[in-house]
Amino acid sequence: MAYDKFNVLTSTAYPLPTENVDTDQIIPARFLKATERKDFDINFFRDWRFNQDGTPKPDFPLNKEIYAGSKILVGGRNFGSGSSREHAAWSVYDFGLRCVISSAFADIFKNNCLNIGVLPVQVSASFADKLFDAIFADPKTEIKVDLPNQTVTLLSTGESETFEINSYKKDNMLNGFDDIDYLKNIENEIAAFAETRPF
Amino acid sequence: MTKTLFDKVWDSHVVRSIEDGPDVFFIDRHFIHEVTSPVAFLGLESRGNSVVYPERTFATADHNTPTINQHLPVADPLSANQLNALERNAAKYGISHWGLGDKNNGIVHVVGPENGITLPGATIVCGDSHTSTHGAFGAIAFGIGTSEVEMVLSTQCIMQPKPKKMRINVNGKLGAGVTPKDVALYIIAQQTTSGATGYFVEYAGDVFEDMTMEGRMTVCNLSIEMGARGGMIAPDAKTFDYIKGRSQTPKGEDWNKAMKYWETLYTEEGAEFDAEFNYNASDIEPMITYGTNPGMGIGVTKSIPNAASVEGGVETYKKSLGYMSFNEGEAMIGKQIDFVFLGSCTNGRIEDFRAFCSIVEGRKKAEHVTAWLVPGSHKVVDQIKAEGLDKIIANAGFELREPGCSACLAMNDDKIPAGKLSVSTSNRNFEGRQGPGSRTLLASPLVAAASAVEGVVTDPRTLLQTA
Ligand code: SF4
Repeated sequence: MAYDKFNVLTSTAYPLPTENVDTDQIIPARFLKATERKDFDINFFRDWRFNQDGTPKPDFPLNKEIYAGSKILVGGRNFGSGSSREHAAWSVYDFGLRCVISSAFADIFKNNCLNIGVLPVQVSASFADKLFDAIFADPKTEIKVDLPNQTVTLLSTGESETFEINSYKKDNMLNGFDDIDYLKNIENEIAAFAETRPF
Repeated sequence: MTKTLFDKVWDSHVVRSIEDGPDVFFIDRHFIHEVTSPVAFLGLESRGNSVVYPERTFATADHNTPTINQHLPVADPLSANQLNALERNAAKYGISHWGLGDKNNGIVHVVGPENGITLPGATIVCGDSHTSTHGAFGAIAFGIGTSEVEMVLSTQCIMQPKPKKMRINVNGKLGAGVTPKDVALYIIAQQTTSGATGYFVEYAGDVFEDMTMEGRMTVCNLSIEMGARGGMIAPDAKTFDYIKGRSQTPKGEDWNKAMKYWETLYTEEGAEFDAEFNYNASDIEPMITYGTNPGMGIGVTKSIPNAASVEGGVETYKKSLGYMSFNEGEAMIGKQIDFVFLGSCTNGRIEDFRAFCSIVEGRKKAEHVTAWLVPGSHKVVDQIKAEGLDKIIANAGFELREPGCSACLAMNDDKIPAGKLSVSTSNRNFEGRQGPGSRTLLASPLVAAASAVEGVVTDPRTLLQTA
């Protein structure tokens, strides 16, 4: 599915320092029954955002008015562990987020994000702590994520760190391309390869 | 260059490598189910693509399916809609489909091996993280997202950078009452829930050599729970015996040809791993989890660790214990339980039902415990009946349900109610995994059986029936 190009993003951020946030929290299984990709924001962090009677939990960061409209989520270590459901990444996107920053991501979640145009930015644990401290001290703290230069900057102090992304994926994100575009272009090469498989 | 088992299988499936980018990776076998495939088919159609190799994709319904009265129409309209979408898409593109009630139906990771679709040296993907199960046969198998499901349908490839390599050796002999599930939970507790992120694991050593294919599947299944992309075990005579003659396994000359390839699938002496760990079988006892990720496991006789002694954030640890309503330092043995769940792609195979029966035979289910016994497939059901295990189960006051994912993920009707404590043989104890507010203790079928008859968390070794 085509997505918006990603270049430089400057935004405030939602802080969620809990570690090992798994995809069952990001979107519980009972909300995976759709056959179309739409409106996954409604159940994003459903059981952490809402009580069982549907009333919002005011203390949960994603419900706090002071962060509303942020396009970045700063998450705790090992963000997105567990299930391979891409619905988790869709819900991140549908909630209006374009970037998740963490000191460590689970592999499949990270991959899923890259495939749908959400940029996962992995930073050092100490830089993640700085981001949390800055956001908690001032919710209006802005973070600049610069994909062409692969840097993430805390604008209040100017502190900055570089992040890794391979040049293929970077190119895709900058241009809004995805893997299927690439693979369809080398169809013949794949077909020739398939002929060589023993089973 | 000396190669590992993983290198051999990976490298032989690379169509091309992109500089500073992923490999174009060819997929031999692709499983789909009703939850993660519908949007992939929509994407495929909106781009005007088709399924390029329908014979390489296999569809089964499992996540959403009810585990009683499967002959009746599925009551939940949303579930029914997904099941119908799977059936429609499979029919439209000529993909084999084992829907509800089909004699081959069951949990995707149980029916794949049963039908000989899972083969050594193959690359296998599915939109489900426990696809790692199939690594038990010496395949490279891992979970993918829906965008990648669409890639496989429309190109038979995905784009993946090659993961790093880890080997985990467990040597020695397992004690009585210690099962493959305990070995896996022990390893995950050592590694933590993210310790193997970025790695593909090879399991080696006496313990895995001695293990049955069912046991190896349980271990590989749980690889994802320490963050690994997947886990694999070199194929051996046991592997070949298991797959021989199954419906989709190569036959005759094709079998001989395949065998030649399969016999090359082992890690060469001196091949290097990016990380290697050694554990002793004698250190492993029956395990149980006490928190909200599978890395939070301890020997069943142990007490819940103090926050100060665990790795990772204290806040997160306390939040986890708070959710479970447990305290640091408490013993697990003797905690009153409400539910027992035997099943899932981790422990829903025949051997798991044999283990469960070995404890409950001649005993009775504790009255206050609700138990769900859910075989992983119809073939497992048939085998349970053929071995007379159904009688043992009934005599002990338990009931057998129909196959499916059931209470593993709270997507169908089988949900553990809020606040209730369940001993489950499944793979995830995340908050709400088995139903909103439910509390899960992961354990082996033996621990589940012992706890089901005693009504409290029980060390199965106290109930082992020695001949
Ligand atoms: S049994 Fe559980 S883990 Fe396995 S495929 Fe079903 S839902 Fe996934």
